[in-house]
Amino acid sequence: MAALLFILVAVATPITNIAAYIAYFSLIWLALITAKIPPLTVIKRSLIEIPFVAFALLMPFFGQGERVDFLGLSLYQEGINAGAGIIAKATLGVLSAILLSATTTAREILRGLEILRLPSTLVQIATFMLRYLNVVTDEMERMSVARASRGFDAKGIRHWRVLANSAGALFIRSYERGERVHLAMLSRGYGGELPKEEREEVLPQQIALGLALPLLALTSLLISILI
Amino acid sequence: MSEKSLEVSGLAYAYPDGNQALYGVNLSINQGERVALLGPNGAGKTTLVLHLNGIIPTMQGQVRVAGKLVDSKNAESIKSVRHKVGVVFQDPDDQLFMPTVGQDVAFGPYNSGLRGIELEKAVKEALELVGMSEFIDRPPHHLSFGQRRRVAVATVLAMKPEILVMDEPSSNLDPAARRELAEIITSLDVTLLMVTHDLPFAYELCQRAVILSAGVVAADDEISKVLSNKQLLTANRLELPKGFNL
Repeated sequence: MAALLFILVAVATPITNIAAYIAYFSLIWLALITAKIPPLTVIKRSLIEIPFVAFALLMPFFGQGERVDFLGLSLYQEGINAGAGIIAKATLGVLSAILLSATTTAREILRGLEILRLPSTLVQIATFMLRYLNVVTDEMERMSVARASRGFDAKGIRHWRVLANSAGALFIRSYERGERVHLAMLSRGYGGELPKEEREEVLPQQIALGLALPLLALTSLLISILI
Repeated sequence: MSEKSLEVSGLAYAYPDGNQALYGVNLSINQGERVALLGPNGAGKTTLVLHLNGIIPTMQGQVRVAGKLVDSKNAESIKSVRHKVGVVFQDPDDQLFMPTVGQDVAFGPYNSGLRGIELEKAVKEALELVGMSEFIDRPPHHLSFGQRRRVAVATVLAMKPEILVMDEPSSNLDPAARRELAEIITSLDVTLLMVTHDLPFAYELCQRAVILSAGVVAADDEISKVLSNKQLLTANRLELPKGFNL
């Protein structure tokens, strides 16, 4: 929740406000360091951003209006701003997502969503997805091994038919598993609601701690505007 | 002591596509008895099992659990029977659907209304019975197959069922896991109906054997008598493993 707010504040800031961005980056790094997340993990997980960076690097070459000369290249000011904006905002978003995922287990995120009153059906669906993701990927793996052991090698468009068939089979198998799981749930008296864990009281301090990051970001934005 | 845990009389069932699975099954099981339900594939064993806790509504005939009629039209009766008949399904991945072992074991008792300390106690006791206490906070996909099967048994034991029904409990287990499961089952003080193809496993654990064939009970006797009747076994596509003697 706090991560989302932080991203919102960051995205809403114009890129020309460089001071605010410096403040954001120091804030999120501070949070990452306090949470004792190894830098290597952060860097590895940040790799997901690369496609966006590549796209952003191209942006200065297209655009209109004011031109700037940089290292002998003639670039568009507007493009530079947009590109830099994408990089900075994406990096902030990715870093806060890393902060969330490294400090909070998937289970706790689900519980958090439940406490925040996300409809229970959605929480249940997410819970089952979490549980059966492995089961289904294992099944997919086994099917691909079975294909390969009979000499199948997906090379080109002619093999798409086989792959599509496998995907269909996987779909049906998962559907049937869903039915069996439902039977098992009914057998143990399922009545439309998953057990809730005993709810710990959420202390005001915890809420304050959670809101600290977005609030600090907001303050730094205001300060940099006023200055 | 000869209280009837389960009484099935004249049970017949045809699937919606017209395929008839059961043609009048009669079966009664006393409290504390351990019974093996044998029979070839397609004999109607699973259909019978799904009748026992009202998942399949009774069409013809009667099912009584602990003397009470399973009335598939009455939601209350269905609810109470599902807490009395504990079904352990074949694939533990179907049975274990919650994020952690502890939550999964808590699912049944939670649905029957246990909360707080009582719920915790039920979970702990059930996991202790199958020797899986230290795995309470683990997600099921980190366990071995044998361990998952044991947890699946615990999920049902936590509901303190009147009768435990197991579908192919020994399938896909390695020999050590199979023996461990046998030890656990022997240590439990429950009425048991075990669907299996594993005749030595059945012989080890059950006193009585029922053969279901083509939707009717073909034999119902002491297990040693059933398993030593070669003609009967052959007629029902059952075989003892080579070299196995009673």
